[in-house]
Amino acid sequence: MSYSAPKFKEKYGNFINGKFQDPIDGEYFENHSPVDNKLLAKYPRSNEKDVKAAIEAANNAKHEWGNTSASERAAILHKIADVIQENLETFAQMETADNGKSIRETMNADVPLAVDHFRYFASAIRAEEGSATELNENTLSLIINEPLGVVAQIIPWNFPLLMLAWKVAPALASGNCVVLKPAEQTPASATFLAEKIADLLPPGVFNVVHGFGPEAGKPLASSPNVDKVAFTGETTTGQLIMQYASKNLHPVTMELGGKSPNVFFNSIMDHDDAFLDKCIEGAVLFAFNQGEVCTAPSRILIQEDIYDEFIKRVIERTKAIKMGNPFEESTMMGAQASSDQHQKILEYIKIGKDEGAEVLAGGDAAKLDGDLANGFYIQPTILKGHNKMRVFQEEIFGPVVAVCTFKDEAEAIEIANDTMYGLGAGVWTRDAHQLYQIPRAIKAGRVWVNCYHDYPAHAPFGGYKKSGFGRENHLMMLNHYRQSKNMLISYDKNKLGFF
Amino acid sequence: MEFKRVEITPEADKLLQELKQKHGEVIFHQSGGCCDGSSPMLLPKEDFYIDENDILLGEVGGVKFYMSHDQFEYWKHTHLTVDIIKGRGGSFSLDIPTGYRFLIKSRMLNDEENKNLNP
Repeated sequence: MSYSAPKFKEKYGNFINGKFQDPIDGEYFENHSPVDNKLLAKYPRSNEKDVKAAIEAANNAKHEWGNTSASERAAILHKIADVIQENLETFAQMETADNGKSIRETMNADVPLAVDHFRYFASAIRAEEGSATELNENTLSLIINEPLGVVAQIIPWNFPLLMLAWKVAPALASGNCVVLKPAEQTPASATFLAEKIADLLPPGVFNVVHGFGPEAGKPLASSPNVDKVAFTGETTTGQLIMQYASKNLHPVTMELGGKSPNVFFNSIMDHDDAFLDKCIEGAVLFAFNQGEVCTAPSRILIQEDIYDEFIKRVIERTKAIKMGNPFEESTMMGAQASSDQHQKILEYIKIGKDEGAEVLAGGDAAKLDGDLANGFYIQPTILKGHNKMRVFQEEIFGPVVAVCTFKDEAEAIEIANDTMYGLGAGVWTRDAHQLYQIPRAIKAGRVWVNCYHDYPAHAPFGGYKKSGFGRENHLMMLNHYRQSKNMLISYDKNKLGFF
Repeated sequence: MEFKRVEITPEADKLLQELKQKHGEVIFHQSGGCCDGSSPMLLPKEDFYIDENDILLGEVGGVKFYMSHDQFEYWKHTHLTVDIIKGRGGSFSLDIPTGYRFLIKSRMLNDEENKNLNP
C-alpha cells in the first residue's frame, strides 16, 4: 500500500495563548520535504518578540493550570492521546513528508508511541502521590509535589512528534505550562497537534513557537521568565543552553546523543535459531530510522572467534534493506532529514575510508529515480576498522555502522566505554553471567540486553558522560518538572527553650 | 613552510565574513553528538565560555576555531576544512538563518604535517 504527503496550507502561525498567531515581524521560512526536496509549507521565522509573547501567555496560564486536579489533567492528556490516535494516519504521513523516514516506522513506531506516552503520564499522575512521614511523635514531614511553572522545551527533528510527546506529556501532567520550539527542519506535526488540541487545553498552557536556533531558541533558553529548559540536541548547543540557564540559575536537562556500542558475544552462534536471527536483526538496527537516532547502535563489537560467520549474515541482511519511496509500505529505509545531514554523512564515509576502514556494505549515496532523485538518500553502510577511528567516535547520525572485534569480556568492556558518550548500548549473549555483568560494566544510561531500540514509556532513558543528564520517560520524569515542597509540621505544644 | 590544522573554502569564508559583519566577534566551536552534532557551530564570542578544556585548532577567516579537549583526542590525526552547503540545518549556530550550513571536510594529515603541527 502506498501513502502520500497530507495537504498543507500555504503557511502556518505560531500557536500562542490558544490560537494561531502570525509572526510579529511577518517573516516565514520554507519547509522542504527531504523525500523529494519539494516545498511543504511556510512556518514563522520567529524572534524574541514572538517568544516573549508565548512565555507571557504561559505565565498567565500557569497558576490556574498548576492548580487543576490530577484527574482533570489526566482526562485532558487521555483526550490528547485519543486525538493523535484518531489522526494516526495523517500524523504518520506528515512525519514521513517532513522527516523523510519510512511510513512503516511512522505508522508503527513514532505515532503509536506518542499516543502511549500521553496515556502513560495521564495514568501515572493518578497513581502516584507525595508522602507523609512521622519524623518523631510530634513532627510530621509532608512532601507535596508542585509544578515548576513554565517549561521551555527545544526538541530535535529525528522523531518530531515522539520527541514532543516525551517532553510535553510529563510537563503538562505535572502541571506546567509549556513553550515548545520544534526543530526548524520538522515543524509540521507540532503545528498539526496544536490545531487538533486547541480546544482541549486552556489558552497559554501549550505554546508552539517556530524559528531558528539563534533567533528563537536563544531568547527562549535565556529567558528569566521560564522555570526550566529541556533540550535534546548536540553538545555545543547543550553547553550554550546551560550557560544561558546558569545566568538565571534555572534547572536544565540535556539529551545530547551518543555513539552506542552493540556488543555480540560468541555464545549467540551456539545455535542457528530464532535468537540468532534476532541478533542479526539487532546488528542491522543501525539502519533503523536511517540511523538518525541518538541511541543508534552505531558501533558493532563482535567477539573475534565468531566474527567471520556473524558479519557475513549481518552484511547479507544489510544488503536486503529495501530503500525507496518512504511513502511505500514496503520501503525499509527512507531519506536523511536534510541536505546538510546527507553531505555530512558522505563526508564521514570518506574520512572512514581515508582512515583505512574497510567498506563491507554500501559506502555511498543512494540514487533513486524520478521525483526521488532530488531527495537525500544514503546506502546502509558497514565500515570495518578500530575504535580510535573518527567513524567510531563521532555521531554520524546516518545509516553508517562501524564494526570491530574483541577478544574477551575485558576488551569488550574497554572498547564499549572508550567513547565520550554514554547514552545507549546493546549486549547480546546466551551466557547468564554476561547478561548481567556486562551491562553493569558499560557506562551508559540504557543498556538493551538481547534486544535494541525498544522505547516503552515505562522505562527511564538518558545519558552518562557527554550524552547529558536527566532522564526521559518513566514516572521519575515527573520530578524533572516539579518542585518538592516540604511542610514540616510540629504537633508539640512546648517551645524549644532557646529564647 | 607553515602547516595548518584547519582551513576554509572561499565560499565558506565569504559567508563567514558576512556573518562577522552582522554579529561582530564570533568563534567556531566543533560540536559533537545528536542531530546537528559533528558540525562546526559559529557563535557570538561573548556567548560561549572557552577554557582549558577546549583546544584552539587555529584561525580561519580571522575567526578562532575550537574543539573540546576530549574530542580533539579522536580528531588530531585529521586536517579540517570548513565548507558550506545549502540547506536547512538546526542548532544555535549563526549560519542557520542564512539557508547555508557550515560543514567540516576532513582528510588525514600527512607525516610532515603531523611532525610540525602544534597542537
